Order: sequence, then C-alpha cells, then structure tokens
Amino acid sequence: MFKIIEKTELADNTFLMKIFAPHIAKKAQPGQFIILRIGEKDERIPLTIADHDNETVTIIFLISGYTTNKLSKLNQGDSLLDFVGPLGNPAPMENFGTVVLVGGGLGIAPITPQAKKLKELGNKVICIVGARSKNNLFWIDKLQAVSDEVIICTDDGTEGRKGFVTDALKELSEKENINRVIAIGPPIMMKFVSLTTKQKNIKTQVSINSIMVDGIGMCGGCRVIINNKVKFSCVDGPDFDGHQVDWDDLLNRNCEYINEEEHVHKRCYNNE
Amino acid sequence: MFIKGVITMNKIPMRELNAEERTKNFDEVNLGYNEEEAIKEANRCLQCPNPLCETGCPVGIKIKDFIKEIKGKNFKKAAEIIKQDNYLPAVCGRVCPQETQCEAKCIMKNTPIAIGHLERFAADYEEKTETTIEKNNKKVAIIGSGPAGLTCAGELAKAGFEVSIYEAFHKPGGVLVFGIPSFRLPRKTVNKEIDYIKELGVKIVTNYVIGRTLSMKDLQKDFDAIFVSTGAGLPHFLGIPGENLNGVLTANEYLSRVNLMDANKFPEYKTPVKVGKHTVVIGGGNVAMDAARVAKRLGSKVTIVYRRTQNEMPARDEEIKHAIEEGIDITELTQPIEITGEKIVQGIKCIKMQLGEKDESGRCSVSKIENSEFEMECDVIIASVGQGLNPLFLRTTDIERGKKGVVIVNDNLETSIPCVYAGGDVVSGASTVINAMRDGKKAAKAIIEKLN
Repeated sequence: MFKIIEKTELADNTFLMKIFAPHIAKKAQPGQFIILRIGEKDERIPLTIADHDNETVTIIFLISGYTTNKLSKLNQGDSLLDFVGPLGNPAPMENFGTVVLVGGGLGIAPITPQAKKLKELGNKVICIVGARSKNNLFWIDKLQAVSDEVIICTDDGTEGRKGFVTDALKELSEKENINRVIAIGPPIMMKFVSLTTKQKNIKTQVSINSIMVDGIGMCGGCRVIINNKVKFSCVDGPDFDGHQVDWDDLLNRNCEYINEEEHVHKRCYNNE
Repeated sequence: MFIKGVITMNKIPMRELNAEERTKNFDEVNLGYNEEEAIKEANRCLQCPNPLCETGCPVGIKIKDFIKEIKGKNFKKAAEIIKQDNYLPAVCGRVCPQETQCEAKCIMKNTPIAIGHLERFAADYEEKTETTIEKNNKKVAIIGSGPAGLTCAGELAKAGFEVSIYEAFHKPGGVLVFGIPSFRLPRKTVNKEIDYIKELGVKIVTNYVIGRTLSMKDLQKDFDAIFVSTGAGLPHFLGIPGENLNGVLTANEYLSRVNLMDANKFPEYKTPVKVGKHTVVIGGGNVAMDAARVAKRLGSKVTIVYRRTQNEMPARDEEIKHAIEEGIDITELTQPIEITGEKIVQGIKCIKMQLGEKDESGRCSVSKIENSEFEMECDVIIASVGQGLNPLFLRTTDIERGKKGVVIVNDNLETSIPCVYAGGDVVSGASTVINAMRDGKKAAKAIIEKLN
C-alpha cells in the first residue's frame, strides 16, 4: 500500500498528492510517469511525475473520469493499492540555448521540473502556460522561480493574455531565437504547437499521454505513429518529436474507450 | 487367463462443461478426473522398464513412478514425486502440450496414457507437505514472475538460497495471470502454486520494474546471482493499412484487460474492454484461441482468420477443438490485407491463400490466390500474430543479444555478464510454459553449482 502524505486542491478540480514511495522517488527523473491503481476493482492509470523528494512522489491530476474522481475523494492518510514507476524514458535534456516550455492545463505540472533542470543546465528558460481560466492555473510562482520568463494565457482573459498558447509562442518566436520547444498538455494543444514551430523549423518535443494498460511495453494500447512507424509511448516515449507525430491518429485513438468510460462514469455516479 | 484390473484400451476422457453453458461464463472448461477415473487411467499404464514418456518431458518428471503411486491410491505420494521436478504441476497439467511431449513418446502409440490429466489430478489432490530448508546465506534476484522465474525460484529456495522475485505487475504469475484465461487455468490454481513457492521462503516483490525502479547494477550490488526471465510480450502488428483504427487491439491488450484487470466484469471492475458484435481474431496460435474464446464469452460472434489450414495451426488440438465446439468460426487459408473503416473498424479485407510445397522445416508454404479478395464486416479485430521480447529491461543493460534480440547464453544459461543467467522466452523467443520452466530449472542448477 502507498500512503498519501499530502493532498492539496491546486485549482478547479485539480489536485496535488504526495505519495510515499521512496524507491520510486529515488529514481524519478523529469519526463517520467507512474501508474497507479486505487483499489482491487480499479483501473491502472498513468500520471506524470510532477515532482519528487527523497521519499515522496508528487502527482497532479484533473478530475476527468471515474478514477480521477475517486482519487480526488481520498485524503491524507489514505492509501493506494498499487503505485509503480518511474516509467518511460526521462525527457532528453541538455544545454540547448533558449528553450520555450509550453504547458497547457494539467501540463503546467510536468513542465515545472523540466524547467528547473533545463535552467540548471544553463538554458535560457521561457515558459508559456495556458488554461481555460484563472481558476485553472496553479504553480505559477513555482514556475517563475525556475524560469527567466513566464507568459500566462487564458482562454477567457481572466489572467495574463487572452488567447491560446500558440499565439504567444508565435509572437515570441518573432523576437527570440528559440532553439527548442517542449510542449506538454492536451494532444490538441501539442498538435497546434507543433504546427506552429514547424513553420519556423524549431525542434519540438512533446509528451504523449495515450491510453495504457501496463506501461511496460506489453499491450500496445498506447501505440502512436511516429514518422510512419508504430511506437509505444510507454517504452519508446513518452517524449517524441512533435513534427513526426501523427496527431489525428492519436486524437482518434484517445477516444477508443469513450463510450465505456462515460458508461462507468454515469453508472457509478447514479449509484453513489 | 484373467488379469486383475483389466487394462482399458481407450483413454479415460476428461469431463468438460458443455459448450453452450461454458460460453456464458469464465469457469474452467476441463473438470479433471475424480479418483476412480484417475485410477482407471493409471491402470492403463504398462509401467515400461524403460519409460520413453520421461524422455519427452522438458523438466524430467518421473512419470512412471508417479503413475504407479496413483494406481496404488497413494495420491499424495504421486504429487510429491511430481514436485521433485516440477514446481507448477497444476499449471502444467492444464497448459502443457503433452500430446507433443510425454504423451507423444508413450509406447501405446494410438491411445497414449493421459499423462497430463493424471498430473493435474495428482497436483490438485495434493495436501500440504512440510519442507525443511537449510539456508546457505546466498542471495539470488529473479526478474519476472512467470513460469521460468517461479521455477528457478522454487528450485533455488529448496537448495537454501534467499530468493527475491521482482514483478512489474501488481500480481505475480506473468503469462499465467495476464495471458492464459481463467477458463483454461483458474486463478486459484495459479495462486496455489505461487503460495507453495512462497512457502519455500521466496519473496515476491510486485510493482517493481527492473530497469526503472531498480537497475541491474543495483541488483548486482545486493545479490550473488541474477536470473533474467522477463519473457516475450512485445506484441507484433500486422503491418497492413488501418491497423491503428479504434477497435483494433493486440491479443495482449485484449487478454490483459480481461485476465489481469477483470474487464469481463465491467462496470463492476473499472477497466473496460471492447465487446464487438463480430470479432475477428487474426492468428492460429494458443493466444489467438484464448482471445477468440474470451470474445465469445463476452457475447460476440467470433471468426478466427488464419492463412494456412487448421492442420498447420500452432495452437494445441484441444484449444482448437474447444474453440470450434464453442461456436467459433475458423476461416482457413485467408490472409488479411486491409482493415477498413473511418476512425472505427468497419470491416476487414482478406485474400484467399493456397498451400504449396512443404519447405525444409516441413511446413507448407502459402501463396495468394489472384482475384480472391473479399471483405468481412466486423467491429473488433484482435491481432495475435506473435510477439517479440519485452524491450524495457533489456534496453537498460548491456547483456549481449543475438538474432531477433534474444539474450545470448551459454550451455548453463549464463549470459555475457558473469553470474547473470537468463531463460524462458527472453532466450528462446515466444515458446511454451514448460520450456520456460525447463530453463528456470536448468539455470537454478547452474547457479547452485557456481555459488556453492
């Protein structure tokens, strides 16, 4: 069993949990993820490692279905049945020069440790974060502490610029010589970031969050098409070159179990 | 002259659930022998002075001796004899291809003794036996808790080693748990065997991914030897257009959802699985049969598409027979060429094949019949076209590897890294449970010899 050491509501429907797992915390690197299972009857779900110290692994999640809703109801002192990781390859990081990290929605969490590490490696680090509204933003202060600049975009203009992260990125690329873009967020956002940077030929790294059962290369459920070849995001990724990802395929595959997910969500809510 | 206990000529058949009833649930299909049936079958055994059957067993079970004990109603003794050489007899009695191993060597050519059925009977009958083990203070780590790993662990623990098995999943058993469905191998049977291994003092650490949670170097620091049994498990794809459409799954994904995550009990259990109206399974191995029979139990019409004929299928005869009895259609000499649909699968285009000459390996070649394309409607496609090695652990080490990426080992199953051994599918490519067990046993013997 893996104990929840801390739980915080970071933003609307967005929660942070610190899980006691020293064996994973010791090995965790930016870009990697864990898989958890709350109880015997629950699904295994992958979540990106947002932070870690010597003993705990921090996960951040948005309520988006049955499992994340159930997870949000747990409290400090409760335990998870299974917690395994760190999975996936660490994000490739070096001194690229100027790096722009784009974090959309929940993606704000995973870009934070990457920004920190990139800064340590001597990069100029600029972050662009996007959210629906002010109430969906979190960790801005944490991000500011490890970046040279943080640009905030909200869809409704309640904080920072009004508009999409791609607009801010486009503007930034006019005045800055950007050597690398790292985008983490909803697939649709990563797709448009990749399309934007393609025009300027800026190498863009994205973190793929596809459907997964095992996370260790066995089921093939997380397969993505990279440069016309089938790759598994769990063992070959999760980071890939955004210009090589078949985005429409990914967007479609992420809907594979949408009917079943809605079914379990509704049914379980009605019963509870 | 009358001989007491007349030798029955025909094999005593094993009772089964009837096909119609069983396709509605995941209960075990084969029901096993009762005492009377087991004794009758054992009495057919001629007790050859030179038992050929034993030469056909990859782990060298003393078949003649254990059958003799069944004849004499000493069922517990029979189980003990089996367990000297086989740590998972209840599993092997169910999933071993005896018809090509021990039973194929039986002197009674046309009506061989049902050795597998008897093994299963003795294993299920077995009562707890006490074993006292003298510890030798040597430590061995085993990577992967499938049949190779469990066998190696059992053998080493009995010899006094302190053994830890690391398993990436939340449940131990490897392919016995995520691959083989419960109607062929009930979970309680697997758990019983695993409990026995634990009783020998083996520690099983789940949720640990070696290569990630711990590296091989970490293990090398803490253990005197390592046995790598990470298995196959990287699914192959068809390489035809449309295979990324929704509704196309690998057998691995389909079976893990059901076998490991209980998706057949969705929505009580929260992992979903695709239930089709018409499911097409591509392939002719045991995994394809398993996937097809699972799909049937979930309520789908099922067609297996195979490019050769039923005779060439690598699946066991029993699996094919059971699949057909359950109303699964086998479309032979058919090769898929394209999966059709927009976003979601709507059908599969195939071409008819014909058998040609036998090649050196004795397998018939196949060729396409021109202009024989046809399309079948379907909403779920399960690809069961073989698997490669699980890449995760191997990529994190510099163990020497050969053709198709398999780990290279010497005659003692030692890899290019001293004191690191490997066995099972990671060495042989996708093979059987019993061959993995043979490797586990062999590696254990080599480790015992090296470290003692």
